[in-house]
Amino acid sequence: MSGKSTAELKVLAAKARLGAVIGTYHAKSGHPGGSLSAADMFTYLYFNEMNVNPSNPADPDRDRFVLSKGHCCPSMYAVMAMKGYFDWDELTRLRHIGAMLQGHPDMKRTPGVDMSSGSLGQGISAACGMALAAKFDNKDYRVYTVLGDGECEEGQVWEAAMFAAHNKLDNLVVIVDQNGLQIDGTVEEVCGIEPLDKKFESFGFEVAKINGHDFDEIKAALDRAKTVKGKPFAILMKTVKGKGVSFMENQVGWHGKACNDEEYAVAVKELEEKIARLEAEV
Amino acid sequence: MAKTVCKATRESFGIALCEMAKTNKDIVVLDADLAAATKTSIFQNEFPERFRDCGIAEENMLGVAAGLAAAGKIPVAASFAMFATGRAYEQIRNSVAYPQLNVKIAGSHAGISTGEDGATHQCLEDIALMRTLPGMTVLNPADHYEMMEATKAALMLDGPVYIRLGRLAIDSFNDPETYKFELGKGITLHEGNDIAVIASGLVVNEARKAVEALEKEGINARLINIHTIKPIDREIIIKAAQECGQLITVEEHNVIGGLADAVCEVTSAECPVKVTRIGVYDRFGYSGPAWELLEKFGLTETNIKKVIKETVGK
Repeated sequence: MSGKSTAELKVLAAKARLGAVIGTYHAKSGHPGGSLSAADMFTYLYFNEMNVNPSNPADPDRDRFVLSKGHCCPSMYAVMAMKGYFDWDELTRLRHIGAMLQGHPDMKRTPGVDMSSGSLGQGISAACGMALAAKFDNKDYRVYTVLGDGECEEGQVWEAAMFAAHNKLDNLVVIVDQNGLQIDGTVEEVCGIEPLDKKFESFGFEVAKINGHDFDEIKAALDRAKTVKGKPFAILMKTVKGKGVSFMENQVGWHGKACNDEEYAVAVKELEEKIARLEAEV
Repeated sequence: MAKTVCKATRESFGIALCEMAKTNKDIVVLDADLAAATKTSIFQNEFPERFRDCGIAEENMLGVAAGLAAAGKIPVAASFAMFATGRAYEQIRNSVAYPQLNVKIAGSHAGISTGEDGATHQCLEDIALMRTLPGMTVLNPADHYEMMEATKAALMLDGPVYIRLGRLAIDSFNDPETYKFELGKGITLHEGNDIAVIASGLVVNEARKAVEALEKEGINARLINIHTIKPIDREIIIKAAQECGQLITVEEHNVIGGLADAVCEVTSAECPVKVTRIGVYDRFGYSGPAWELLEKFGLTETNIKKVIKETVGK
């Protein structure tokens, strides 16, 4: 593990947010809101948690990541670009004809993407399959998957949760990005999922509830997950949708639209200033 | 000719799966609380450590299969055709077919011959659903020996495969001494130029009986067995259309989307001829003993013979 400092992680996460804004702006579409809420977790996973090597993305012993809430790939792509899987400039071709970076993750087109995903509820099952494969093969790699809170309305999520616990997949970490918003409104207005911690606990998970923008809490939860044996681990992280771009924060409307020219200028300025401040602290 | 065996193709599948698993340790099997019915129980008994029952949760099962395949295993996901391809259609489309993962989907109790369980369990649309998915191989073997070989071929192919299994015990007609399964290649079972009958699955043997009986009446029908519905054997269909002038398709499936359409897609583009379709005409089934249902739906020797005679005009 390379072990970035918290100050370094903050810089990388701010750059990941900038990448998500750049990508969706150039695509004139995409999902900035959830990309920004999950950016800190993506950054920590790729830089401090997972045993992955961009120069050998198909290593059979690597840890796996499945972005079950596939629409939030713009910031994941930015993190992967910084990690070295592909060039940062690919972000400007996001969602373009022939692009390496598709609107939702595509394992066939993008090096380092472990599973094609985007249809909500499906990624967690694939993550279970990967974790089960490790058990079949007596390998010690771990599998991480990030879900949206709205995604937890999908029945398949709970089929998978049952399966994970029944098969004692203690090499599986299910992370739920609880930014509280989905397309039609707040999650609690649309079709409430709480109490999510009790749901996962009753499905046989060990559960940690954290602030998804606090790297110390992210680290503590992921470290704790490794100590749990015989059951899967869920991390429910409270986040702010649109985190890091002032006018996007906690706004339902920024789920699935890109910045126009004026908004883009403001967002880039905010993030670049933030990056400069954070870099000074490293 | 080896003696005829009377076996449901689901059982032949289970036996072949087990045989292959002996030498290939990557083969793992998932079922959705139907192992005893789909006959993956044969594998489960021999390799319990490589078998997982997913419970009655087909969507998750297909997703788990995708994850296993992405991690290098060769998963077989089995259920009734209705639930494997119907309930979990979108999981197959997005998690299996789109990334072209090496998952084998086994759909048992396909067709009207599921019998007494009735319409909810008699899947007549599975081939249509699977055939529209890019890169999906679709297999519909016709007897014990063909299912054994098709199962082996499916497991050796690197890519997604749907294989249709039947509940009903049926007589074999292929000779294991000479039988050769070649993926994507139809098999001419009977020569003739008066008309060509193209059949797939359980009804191939019924078509065979019809064609052989008609030979005695002076009608020389060609009979082609299509075990691979996708990719379909274009060559054998075009040749039949050119040499016989008209075709009859026979399938235990809705005439929409299955073998009939697969054949018509070839003929309409390459050699337009009249195609008469024997199958289930855009309707649901109902409860009853399998053979009686097959008779009612016109999928047995009697009706196939009648349609051939009418079509040939003799």
